[in-house]
Amino acid sequence: MTLLDAAPAPAPTRLVDLFEYGLDAPICLTWELTYACNLACVHCLSSSGRRDPRELSTEECKAVIDELERMQVFYVNIGGGEPTVRPDFFELVDYATAHHVGVKFSTNGVKISPDVARRLAKNDYLDIQISLDGATAEVNDYIRGPGSYDTAIRAMQNLADAGMTGFKLSVVCTRQNIGQLDEFKAIADRYGAQLRLTRLRPSGRGADVWDELHPTRDQQRELYDWLLAHGDQVLTGDSFFHLSAYGQALPGLNLCGAGRVVCLIDPVGDVYACPFAIHEDFLAGNVRSEGGFARVWRDSELFTRLRQPQSGGACSSCAFFDTCKGGCMAAKFFTGLPLDGPDPECVQGFGETALAKVKQDASSTPRSHVDHSHPVAARAMPGKVAISIGRRPGMSEGTGRIDLAAALEVKPNLFSGNAGMPVNDLADDPLADFRP
Amino acid sequence: MDPSNPTASSDDVDVTAVIEADSLVEEISIDGMCGVY
Amino acid sequence: MDLDRSWDLHPQVSVRPEPFGALLYHFGTRRLSFLKDRTLLAVVEGLAAAPTARAACRSAGVPDSELGRYQAALATLEGSSMVVERAS
Repeated sequence: MTLLDAAPAPAPTRLVDLFEYGLDAPICLTWELTYACNLACVHCLSSSGRRDPRELSTEECKAVIDELERMQVFYVNIGGGEPTVRPDFFELVDYATAHHVGVKFSTNGVKISPDVARRLAKNDYLDIQISLDGATAEVNDYIRGPGSYDTAIRAMQNLADAGMTGFKLSVVCTRQNIGQLDEFKAIADRYGAQLRLTRLRPSGRGADVWDELHPTRDQQRELYDWLLAHGDQVLTGDSFFHLSAYGQALPGLNLCGAGRVVCLIDPVGDVYACPFAIHEDFLAGNVRSEGGFARVWRDSELFTRLRQPQSGGACSSCAFFDTCKGGCMAAKFFTGLPLDGPDPECVQGFGETALAKVKQDASSTPRSHVDHSHPVAARAMPGKVAISIGRRPGMSEGTGRIDLAAALEVKPNLFSGNAGMPVNDLADDPLADFRP
Repeated sequence: MDPSNPTASSDDVDVTAVIEADSLVEEISIDGMCGVY
Repeated sequence: MDLDRSWDLHPQVSVRPEPFGALLYHFGTRRLSFLKDRTLLAVVEGLAAAPTARAACRSAGVPDSELGRYQAALATLEGSSMVVERAS
């Protein structure tokens, strides 16, 4: 914190201008506690599935929480993978809230039994976010796997029964579910939850399915209009700030927070600019190194660079640059677009033009080497069969990825290649300790 | 702009932007920052 | 916002000074307020010790000509429960 003298303060500027240069501590951050997950959602931003043996220990996690408290980080979003599969999950959440760090954790609901829901409802500084990507089992399970819809609904029922109101129902908006926005709102209302709609980014496994899943231009407009109509009732995590170029900005800071007001701490302590940018180019450091998280946040070369004024580059001549700020860094990066150019979903259409140029050279699209996907996940969509083999950690470099596209008549289930369930390494079953 | 009468119009100036830039306080939800899922 | 009453920061509010001013986070409402001016921060931090909000403004060095602006700012903070009237 710097001390200012008694000189008159400068005239206030817009909020976005103040934050672009960064802060001494994040305002909030995402903390992925584990890469283990009982699901294998096709669009997983963190390519989760298998636990990483280098995960932070309970004591290391508490040390991070101590740092967050000292830095006055107000709030941490705990995710994963599925964070509740960690045996020390409740211990860590209670430790955080007892140390002035508010917690919201993101879950597929697998462990939210009635007893767990009652326990969680007692903590005033704890918020819960249930993930759901379809208002019907058909649409949801297509992406998140068989039974995942039922698991989420059951969790919400248990939370409602336990008297927990205002928890979040968080949806990733896709081509398949944009038509269900009213139904999502109805589900949220039914369980006393607040609806949250978020943007699909081509991150993690999302890169493989982004072409098929990301909303069309018309759907994007439809989503924007719907969000405007529902005002403050529906949250967005500021993930649609690129849509402010349509006109009225949606609520929120309306800027890319990566490395400036937010960041990610991953299960092995790596600090990335953003959870949607798990890639070595956006790796700032590790909490296990000298100086811990605080040193990484304040002094890392990457974050210092991100906090420099960003030139608009190719976008600076666009009349809307001042509102959209060039869009999402991760969306550009993982579609192979330059960071100083348009967002792939630029509402003016400049992103589509830019993408057409990039697609001519598919090998130029960056791919993260951080991949904890379950060994084999066969994905199928109507009319196509695409098989992608996730790489185990430690495997040699190289794409290790085979894509086949064939016009086959297949049942629309993304897991149909494995009798409906993702292959799970029995030696690393994330639910091994779960007794319902 | 007169802060005690913020609705007074200014010629050809976006009043909303003027108010926003001049106000000493801005408020958002803790969910209002991008990069948190 | 009555400048001639006494006010306090809500007990669930955490204040984080910043070079540009301060961040205020209300753990109950989960709202964030950005104070875009260090003088306003001084006003807010001085409320508890001051008999009135007006006195807190004066102690923080707010000139009379600017009082309206700071009153508007305090009114916003009252609206979001960041500051509350002191129980007498």
